[in-house]
Amino acid sequence: MKSSDASRLTLILLFAPFALWIILLIILPQIGVGWLSLREKLGPREYAFGFGNYLDFFREPIYWNTLLRTAWISVLVTILALLIGFPVAWYIAKIARQRSRAALFLMCLIPLWVSDLVRAFGWILLLRETGIVSGMLQWAGLSSGPVELLYNDITVVIGMVYTVVLFMIVPLVSTLDGMDNALLEAGYNLGGSRMTVFRRIVIPYAMPGIVAGCIITFMLAAGSYLTPILLGGKNSMWFTEQIYEQFVTRYNWESGATFGVLLLVFTSAVVWLGLRLTGQNLASTVAKE
Amino acid sequence: MTVRKSLTARLLAATICATALLPGAAMAETLRLLTWGGYAPDNVIALFEKEYPDIDVEVTLSNNEEMVAKLRATGGAGFDLAQPSHDRIFAAQSEFDIYKPLDLSKIETGKMQANLLEAVKANTTIDGGVYAVPHQWGTTGLVVDVTKAPDVKDWADLCKEEYKGKTSMRLRRTILLGMGFSLGYDPFALYNDTAAYTEMLDKVAEKMIACKSVIKTYWNGGDDLSTLLLSGEVVASESWDSTAFKLYGENQNLVYVPPSSGALTWIDTFVIPSKGRADDAAYKWINFVMRPEIVTMMSDSTGAIAAVEGGIELLPEAKKAAVKLAFDDAAIANMKFFANIPPGLEDIEGKVLERIKAASGN
Repeated sequence: MKSSDASRLTLILLFAPFALWIILLIILPQIGVGWLSLREKLGPREYAFGFGNYLDFFREPIYWNTLLRTAWISVLVTILALLIGFPVAWYIAKIARQRSRAALFLMCLIPLWVSDLVRAFGWILLLRETGIVSGMLQWAGLSSGPVELLYNDITVVIGMVYTVVLFMIVPLVSTLDGMDNALLEAGYNLGGSRMTVFRRIVIPYAMPGIVAGCIITFMLAAGSYLTPILLGGKNSMWFTEQIYEQFVTRYNWESGATFGVLLLVFTSAVVWLGLRLTGQNLASTVAKE
Repeated sequence: MTVRKSLTARLLAATICATALLPGAAMAETLRLLTWGGYAPDNVIALFEKEYPDIDVEVTLSNNEEMVAKLRATGGAGFDLAQPSHDRIFAAQSEFDIYKPLDLSKIETGKMQANLLEAVKANTTIDGGVYAVPHQWGTTGLVVDVTKAPDVKDWADLCKEEYKGKTSMRLRRTILLGMGFSLGYDPFALYNDTAAYTEMLDKVAEKMIACKSVIKTYWNGGDDLSTLLLSGEVVASESWDSTAFKLYGENQNLVYVPPSSGALTWIDTFVIPSKGRADDAAYKWINFVMRPEIVTMMSDSTGAIAAVEGGIELLPEAKKAAVKLAFDDAAIANMKFFANIPPGLEDIEGKVLERIKAASGN
């Protein structure tokens, strides 16, 4: 009896910080935001309960266009991150020697030691009209005048892929690492071409890692704030920016909260759809072992 | 990540609560200032703490919108003295009740420049209580590289085709007002006529959307703006006068031009948050920074002009020269003071700004 009490106490003590974190910083604020989003503003210090804020969102094309734009660019970023991350992960997990693996992994990590803001400014220094890339192009005679590479969607995509690609590489490496090379050999021995082996053996095996990586990168991209704003320029619209605008410059917490809820619901729906399409579920991917 | 981002404001509120609880432990009284970058320079704080050894000054830097958002999050707690612009007090107070009326007998109002004091009082009196007194004032206008864009004289000139890809502005309400003046309206006179104001905004939005193909990018802060101009990527832009005066110090070709339709003039004020706990210290700070010798140090740091009689004369020499170069008497007479923003107006403006940002122009 006594020892089970002690173990229960241990469990409670170990679990408490996590539970407090989740309840105080995630669940309670979410409930608060959800409640706020259902409060309609009638006038100064006058409020009513209803779904008006949600209706406003669907009535205003600018808002849902921004949300769709954010989702579309985030999907693009996710796909590019996968295309770039997969070969890197394959090299680290399968080709590199055991000893150099740690070093390679570290090299992927190093950019994360610097804050998002500094990295965005790094891109700005490189890509601006009087920046390094523009200068090099002119020096090499590839361009007759200064080139402006900042302030467009391509720059935003490049900047975001750079920021999130690591979160694609890590789950891929850990999945591919567990794959027995004998599987590949068996594939070749049975007469499979490189393409067939890749398609029928590697991809199905790596699927949990691919899906986990995609979920993380998509969520990071859709929720990012600094990169799209600093690199995007005059035409960039990002949904998180809309949320900030509503909360801070428009004093409209009700509508900001609505947008927050909608972003959460929408990105969750995209993730759910992705899981359904690939035939995976959360237990087999993100929560694997 | 998504979850976290959507919660930023809530976390912010939690952080403010936490910081509000901490100073209670200290014995000395703490004066928690919520102000603009440069409005509480270290040398002024050092002198203040030397004169009042029992007061500790803590500074949080912010801007107009964030000041209101922060105070709203806590219902007016967490700070003892804030400095929003004079047109941002009435609506915020009527909607959120975040300030308390000032006790004018504790402030040496006699030292303040009479017309500015009256303007602020008129704008911030609610139910007989005065909520703000002026501190510093300045203008928003244009900064121009005179060697490359000598004929930029008014807001609308930023949209001239010949400067394609070489102009900039800040996509906030100020430029809407400036463009309004440039198009021949008087936005402040239309403030209380929502229909007419909306009509004006539609015209302004049309102009601004057409203008998008000309401007290079919208700037967000003083550093942004400085880099664009110093690198020569931009030759004319909307600008705060203080930023423009700093740029003049680096490159004498970059001068501040008050727009021909009138420079937009703001007054930053002192207000006391409704749950401030160090009112006496706050009054001491207000009176302290209005002393002539402190005014010069303060203006050196803010780049703005103190709202005391002869404020321009108390500027540091370099800034005085830049101000006198930019403003002749006619330009000073033509200054347009921001009028009180009626509640709800910023919502309409916000939608127009969103429309402009979302419109595609390449």
